Amino acid sequence: MTAAETLAVRRLRPADLLRLSTVGLRTRKLRAGLSALGIAIGVAAIVAVLGLSSSASAALLNQISALGTNLLLVENGQTLAGQTVELPPAAPAMIGRIDGVTQVQQTGSVTGNVYLSPLIPAIDTNDIGIDAASLGLLRTVATSVAEGRYLNAATAEEPVCVLGATAAQYLGIDRVYAGERVWLDNMWFYVAGILNPVVPAPDVESIDSSVLVGFPAAEKYLGFDGDPSTIYVRADTSQVGAVYSLLGATAYPENPSEVDVSQPSAALAAQADAQGAFNDLFLGLGAVALLVGAVGVANIMIISVLERRSEIGLRRALGATRGHIRVQFLAEAVLLALVGGAAGVCAGALATAIYASAKHELVVIPALAWGGGLGAAIVIGAVAGLWPALRAARMSPTQALWSM
Amino acid sequence: MSIDTTRSAMHGPDSYRLGWPVLEVDQVTKIYPSEPPVTALREVSFRVARGELVGIVGPSGSGKTTLLHLMGTLDRPSSGHVKITGFDVKRLSDRELAALRATRIGFVFQQFFLAEHQSVLDNVANGLLYAGVPQAERRARALDALGLVGLAGRPHARPTQLSGGQRQRVAIARALAGKPAIVLADEPTGNLDQATGQAILGLFEELHDLGVTIVVITHDRDIAAHMGRRIEMLDGRITFDSAQQTSRPAPGGPASGYDQP
Repeated sequence: MTAAETLAVRRLRPADLLRLSTVGLRTRKLRAGLSALGIAIGVAAIVAVLGLSSSASAALLNQISALGTNLLLVENGQTLAGQTVELPPAAPAMIGRIDGVTQVQQTGSVTGNVYLSPLIPAIDTNDIGIDAASLGLLRTVATSVAEGRYLNAATAEEPVCVLGATAAQYLGIDRVYAGERVWLDNMWFYVAGILNPVVPAPDVESIDSSVLVGFPAAEKYLGFDGDPSTIYVRADTSQVGAVYSLLGATAYPENPSEVDVSQPSAALAAQADAQGAFNDLFLGLGAVALLVGAVGVANIMIISVLERRSEIGLRRALGATRGHIRVQFLAEAVLLALVGGAAGVCAGALATAIYASAKHELVVIPALAWGGGLGAAIVIGAVAGLWPALRAARMSPTQALWSM
Repeated sequence: MSIDTTRSAMHGPDSYRLGWPVLEVDQVTKIYPSEPPVTALREVSFRVARGELVGIVGPSGSGKTTLLHLMGTLDRPSSGHVKITGFDVKRLSDRELAALRATRIGFVFQQFFLAEHQSVLDNVANGLLYAGVPQAERRARALDALGLVGLAGRPHARPTQLSGGQRQRVAIARALAGKPAIVLADEPTGNLDQATGQAILGLFEELHDLGVTIVVITHDRDIAAHMGRRIEMLDGRITFDSAQQTSRPAPGGPASGYDQP
């Protein structure tokens, strides 16, 4: 009879190991909960940071794709002396001749205020501006009419206007009916339509808070000089860069540096990148919380091993090998961290969902966030539990049982 | 002289033959390394045959707890041999010793060592956890063992709901669940009042009648007097062995006298 034949060490069945690893958690629930809390906070912070920034980025990327990356803006800048530069009236037509430009539209700011009626005190301007607008503007800035209709060749000559989304809201107008009027500067203009909000992007948003009239009408009724102040350019996607470099000189050949040329999608992309800068900070804070959580788990496991000496001794007497003891305590530490990690993922996801919904953003929780959170928890449990588990396994069964 | 197998409701793995000693302690010395070194056992030798009920008695410091550690394979002798069902402890690795304990040795402790969060049934079933027995079978065998100690009616009680005597019965059932070759009991009545202790001793006698091999370690001479065989210890030596009153057994043969009343 050889020893190896008959004294085979049995490995713990997975179900038994799972049951064993919950012994400490079930018997000391409050303590286990508190030590899992550290891990939960760390994982929640990481998941929330990644989730929130992904949600915000998704919103920005949605804006960029709605706006298109090929929209370019030319605006009147300022001279060195601080005076506003007037773009030449011929600028749009000249820009239209640049190779690669597909659409050119323009607005010109008109001095004057907008009121629901002449009885409104002059001071209550609501900060609504008046813009002369070209007829193809809506397609170029990627918006549309919500109510009524936009200006056409006929109405552009007449005292007729279209309200930007925010302007309509401030004026308290949400429907267009025949004969509806607003008081522009010093006369009635008929309201033809209300616009949908434009894609929120720098320099494009001003359309929302404006009342748009035709260029001829602005000149005829509002004393407008006819110079464009913003030119909206759509370029062929493959030639955006080339067009961009030519816009200043084309719009204002005498002094190109006094013209502001911008690409709103680039500004949005920069905004998305800027959000990432804070991510590192918060991820770092989350990592610190995880580290503190790991120390908590290690601490609790060491205490647990000391307290459960008699259990360890008994298990050894019942036939547990050192390996059995080691794997039991290691599994317990991993399970503890995993419970914390799962709670953290749920909390982080919930925080993301609440915050993103409140901001009407898409809720995006990247797989990296929750997968990484759970993975980090498992690794932390294993690392934090390793030494206590080794210590438990090293414990002499006779000392564990008879030194009580 | 032979062992009556028909009465053996309990017998361990078939790794040892009838008539062979279950436990052999041969010239065992145990020295604890310290300054100065403590010699806890000096050249102790005896054998326990299958079905014996042995009481090892001695005052504290006589080496009986050290002897229990060695018989239970929880520690190794400094010199000499300890054999359990023929396996020499000296030749086995730690892992093999654990497997030996899992399959051939049952422990009963003074402090019971029951898991309070588990039912009586699961406490008993834990005795089989490291023997590779699936849970359903562990519970079935635990129920059998509870029947042997008279607690078959309360498998789902918690240890905290039981009296001291009942708890020790649960611990004994846990030791019996794996049908070990030998049950080692360390002061099993030490935490019990006298009447309850007597009942536990009665239980050991019943188990002995069923063929279970039991070694009881105690400091109480009255308890040892209940045992079929009594070994007295003092200062790490055996001073008296009731089995050797007549003659020392022949080497390799069964210990004599274990059929004595």
